[in-house]
Amino acid sequence: MHLPSLPRIIAIAGKELRQLLRDRLTVGMVIGVPTLQILLFGFAINTDVRHLEAGLVDAAHTQLSTMFVSRLTATQVIDIVTVGTTPGDLVDAMRRGDISVGVVIPHDFEQRLRRRNTPAAQILVDASDPIILAAARQLAQTPIRVRGDGGVVSETIAVDARYNPERRSAVNIVPGLIGVILTLTMVLFTAMAIVRERERGNLEFLITTPVRPWELMLAKILPYIGIGLIQVTLVLLLGATIFNVPIRGGLLDVYAAALLFVAASLALGLVISTLAKTQFQAMQLTIFVFLPSIFLSGFMFPFAGMPRLAQQIGEFLPLTHFVRLSRGIVLRGATLGELSVEAWSLVVFAGLALAVAALRFRKRLD
Amino acid sequence: MTDTAIVAHGVTRCFGKLRAVDDVSLSVQRGRIFGFLGPNGSGKSTTIRMLCGLLLPSAGSIQVLGYAIPRDAEALRLKIGYMTQSFSLYGDLSVTENLQFVARIYGLGGARRKARVEELMQRYRLTEFAEQRGASLSGGQRQRLALAAAVLHDPELLLLDEPTSAVDPQNRRDFWDELFALAAKGTTILVSTHYMDEAERCHQLAILDRGRLSALGSPGSLAAELPAIVLQVDGLAAPRRTTARLNRSEGVLSVAQIGAGLRVLCRDKKAASNAEKIIMGDDSAAHADVVGANLEDVFVHATSHRLRAASHR
Repeated sequence: MHLPSLPRIIAIAGKELRQLLRDRLTVGMVIGVPTLQILLFGFAINTDVRHLEAGLVDAAHTQLSTMFVSRLTATQVIDIVTVGTTPGDLVDAMRRGDISVGVVIPHDFEQRLRRRNTPAAQILVDASDPIILAAARQLAQTPIRVRGDGGVVSETIAVDARYNPERRSAVNIVPGLIGVILTLTMVLFTAMAIVRERERGNLEFLITTPVRPWELMLAKILPYIGIGLIQVTLVLLLGATIFNVPIRGGLLDVYAAALLFVAASLALGLVISTLAKTQFQAMQLTIFVFLPSIFLSGFMFPFAGMPRLAQQIGEFLPLTHFVRLSRGIVLRGATLGELSVEAWSLVVFAGLALAVAALRFRKRLD
Repeated sequence: MTDTAIVAHGVTRCFGKLRAVDDVSLSVQRGRIFGFLGPNGSGKSTTIRMLCGLLLPSAGSIQVLGYAIPRDAEALRLKIGYMTQSFSLYGDLSVTENLQFVARIYGLGGARRKARVEELMQRYRLTEFAEQRGASLSGGQRQRLALAAAVLHDPELLLLDEPTSAVDPQNRRDFWDELFALAAKGTTILVSTHYMDEAERCHQLAILDRGRLSALGSPGSLAAELPAIVLQVDGLAAPRRTTARLNRSEGVLSVAQIGAGLRVLCRDKKAASNAEKIIMGDDSAAHADVVGANLEDVFVHATSHRLRAASHR
């Protein structure tokens, strides 16, 4: 086996970069995709539910019940939009879709409170969205009385929300979003890289030259590593300025993790490039990888809550490991060393994928 | 070093059930221009691709410049230049950038690269388009750029797959002048074409028909040794009607109308005298003369089973 020729790798990488810079739409996408995605995901994906429309039936009408209602609304989780006279009113309103939460305070509210073995009040929830249910459950923990006020204190569970005490989704989403954006752009870039040359007929010329598969593969990913790091910077900057996402870990660790992930994604794209015959096929294969990456990596849903099979599939996706790295470093201030298992997973993935791509690539047309 | 550049023996290539190239054997002398003549789909491109190791033969053996192909294809790549049928350089790079890129791929360093690219741009009249992108070049300019890229590393053997298919006649003539200049310096050239005038210029010619080699030799000897008789018919009042009658006659391989006259290719003497009878019976004022065969007759003869099979269907 001959050593790869550095001048040749530089020649191809340089050519690749030159072509990329001449493709205005692609250059726009390098900046545009991360910017749009972070704005979109940052603002729109919000598991931190607030301002749910709610209905109220307060049959007790005592000072205590009024205080309890104001405590509930003070959480900002619900906005009382309808006031009814019977629980049936709330059920009707919920069926119509006017409200998703109903608060029912019975006329014997204060007696019930004293008895303590019956719930003092009821919260109705449209539980079709589990996130709303979770929000309502949290709501049920609202203390009815504070200590010193008659001695009755409802046993609420204190939720100690660490790392994201304000429970803002953006904080959790931005570090993972770096990975999602990189998956989309990086895999797609290299998935297209060789297929495009094949479709345009360039490959038939290129493979009659002394270029070696390893040189071609390395040269195809080099320029995009730089682009990947630009995108990482962009997402971190926007995350920090718009969504106040703190970077608690070392910046060098963040970039090192991103570098590993970019390499893994690019290598994965190259494998796709050797499988696909047309750019359209390459696009489809990229999406085939992209969707499970989003859903099974722990970016969208907590990894621990997924079924075993989904977790096992997730372990084979580079994004899973990057989401853990990124959240660990950015949010918990961990070092790359502390997360070395995830880092090594990416290294192994990148190496294997690159080898598969280089071995699959034949300097032949059949 | 032998004086044979290419030796192919029983080369066959199948794509599924189709035998695209079927038992082709040939040898090409160094420093010669060797032509592949054949209709579309006759296996010209497939043969060229097998010769440079881009396709694996299903059967047969190939030696190019002393290398066994496909085994030593990688070593061969430094010594051959290949020009693909469609433009295969980069449309979004300029002429200079394309040539610089190819030079780097072949490992030409700094000053040598600059000088070589400069020299080729001058030789192939590309200097004034130096900064123009590949995609905006005309057919002739693209073809000169592709030739410049193919010869950049001074290959011993050039494989050109229908290099002139998108080029006007003047550019085609210039292109062939350039090929002869390369051949004069010792480069072996294998070129495929479907133009008769280009085939005529080759030192050696192989006519391919449906993947099979149906004629092999110099254009002159192929015409001189054609085992068929060519009749030149003049003075016909209704050449279309006569053509129809001749086409139905046994042993007539082809009838081509040229101006007011007909050129009739007959398989043998018997077929020729039959044809003469038909002509005289059709129009007594006409006269038919036996003339020497040209390359077109050779081509028609070599590919005639196809024509007859089609007309008898």
